[in-house]
Amino acid sequence: MGKEISKQEYQKMVEKKSPNSPILYNCIKAFIVGGIICCIGQFIMNCCRLFGMTIEMSQIYTSSILIFIASLLTGLGLYSKIGHFAGAGSIVPITGFSNSVTSPAIEFKKEGFILGLGAKIFVVAGPVILYGVLTSVVVGVIYYFLL
Amino acid sequence: MAKHIGKQSIELEKNISIISTSSIVGTKEGEGPLREYFDVILTDNLNGQDSWEKAESKIASDSIKLAINKANLNPSDINYVVTGDLLNQCCGSTFGVRGLNIPFFGVFGACSTMGESMSLGSILLESGGAKYVVCGASSHFASAEKQFRFPMDLGTQRPPTSTWTVTGQGSAVLSINDNGPFIKRITTGKIVDLGITDANNMGAAMAPAAADILYQHFQDFSLKPDYYDVILTGDLGEVGKNLLIDLLKNKGYDISKNHKDCGIEIFENKRQDTHCGGSGCACSAVTFAGYFYNQLKYKKFKKMLFIPTGALMSPTSVQQGESIAGIAHCLAIES
Repeated sequence: MGKEISKQEYQKMVEKKSPNSPILYNCIKAFIVGGIICCIGQFIMNCCRLFGMTIEMSQIYTSSILIFIASLLTGLGLYSKIGHFAGAGSIVPITGFSNSVTSPAIEFKKEGFILGLGAKIFVVAGPVILYGVLTSVVVGVIYYFLL
Repeated sequence: MAKHIGKQSIELEKNISIISTSSIVGTKEGEGPLREYFDVILTDNLNGQDSWEKAESKIASDSIKLAINKANLNPSDINYVVTGDLLNQCCGSTFGVRGLNIPFFGVFGACSTMGESMSLGSILLESGGAKYVVCGASSHFASAEKQFRFPMDLGTQRPPTSTWTVTGQGSAVLSINDNGPFIKRITTGKIVDLGITDANNMGAAMAPAAADILYQHFQDFSLKPDYYDVILTGDLGEVGKNLLIDLLKNKGYDISKNHKDCGIEIFENKRQDTHCGGSGCACSAVTFAGYFYNQLKYKKFKKMLFIPTGALMSPTSVQQGESIAGIAHCLAIES
């Protein structure tokens, strides 16, 4: 009695029974929070310009300030709460990058500053840095030969 | 002496009795629907320690001592501790039992560990090799996240099929006496793998193992599901529960009336934002040691089938493209 179920049949069963993420709702939340973060960035940028900085300098200051704020919020345990609500909205901006570096630094500090914090700090952001640099090299080469 | 029955089962002949249990849980479990049944609810998930791993070991140690204490025994009366956890090298348990000076079997069955430790403890007693055995299992949400997923402060969203690792340890002292509740039958699980690769859908990875062992248990002992007042699985969660019921219906058994799942019982999923429910070694361990042991003791349930379920997931094997293997261990407990 009883028939054996194949992997394919089971996969279908699982797909039918598993709830999907509420994509539209998540997109709206991500759009709003991501938008707010960008507005804060723009506000910092405008302030820098008001103090007479060049565009390049203003950009550097804006990024640094956003990175600092996100890092501080991560340390206070607040960024994970924002991320839980906003998803990609708070992962994609530079603040998300800051969070992805600060959070392993906090988590792995217990294993020491060299083999813990030092070795694991880029455990989340590492692939982004590596493939980001590689992509920029490829784009740079194309740019060099095309122009 | 115990008899091997059917394909995978043992019928125990001595009166293997669960003489006491203890449960220590974290803050979130302490806000859940079973809070009044737990012995200790932590106010701080670090448990006065400086790392999640040390916190887990302290929980394990305190829970074992408390269970021994509640049985009016001393640690020196205990012949064996059989316990396990989710961390690499079972370090949660190792450092938990370090100061106890009791012979120790460290076991790993992922979230099915409580079933494995209670099965082995019963066999030790039945063999005459021990008088008192403590069986247990622990897990900690933060140490599990750190090892298997992401750092705690990383701002990510959890998919709707995910479960929440329970913080805590459940322990039980087993001995031979006439008071009960008694462990009567054991069915030991095989590795069952139907190719699930999604580490955020553990319920789906474990449901086939639970279905397989339940089918085998009913076959080996020629029992029907309605023989038991409650059939309690470990941490299948909402998705896994539905899958299990369907898988067993295909095999000719209907457990929809008396099936419960520790993962669903321990949290109020909507209010506590735990998605599909609780998981981890401690999920079945504390739910059994807290609520269900109490119910058996006061004979609210007389016959219970306890099936802690485990997803034997290694982050390395998942990254290498392996699927997540499931296992479950089945104990029939009667009061």
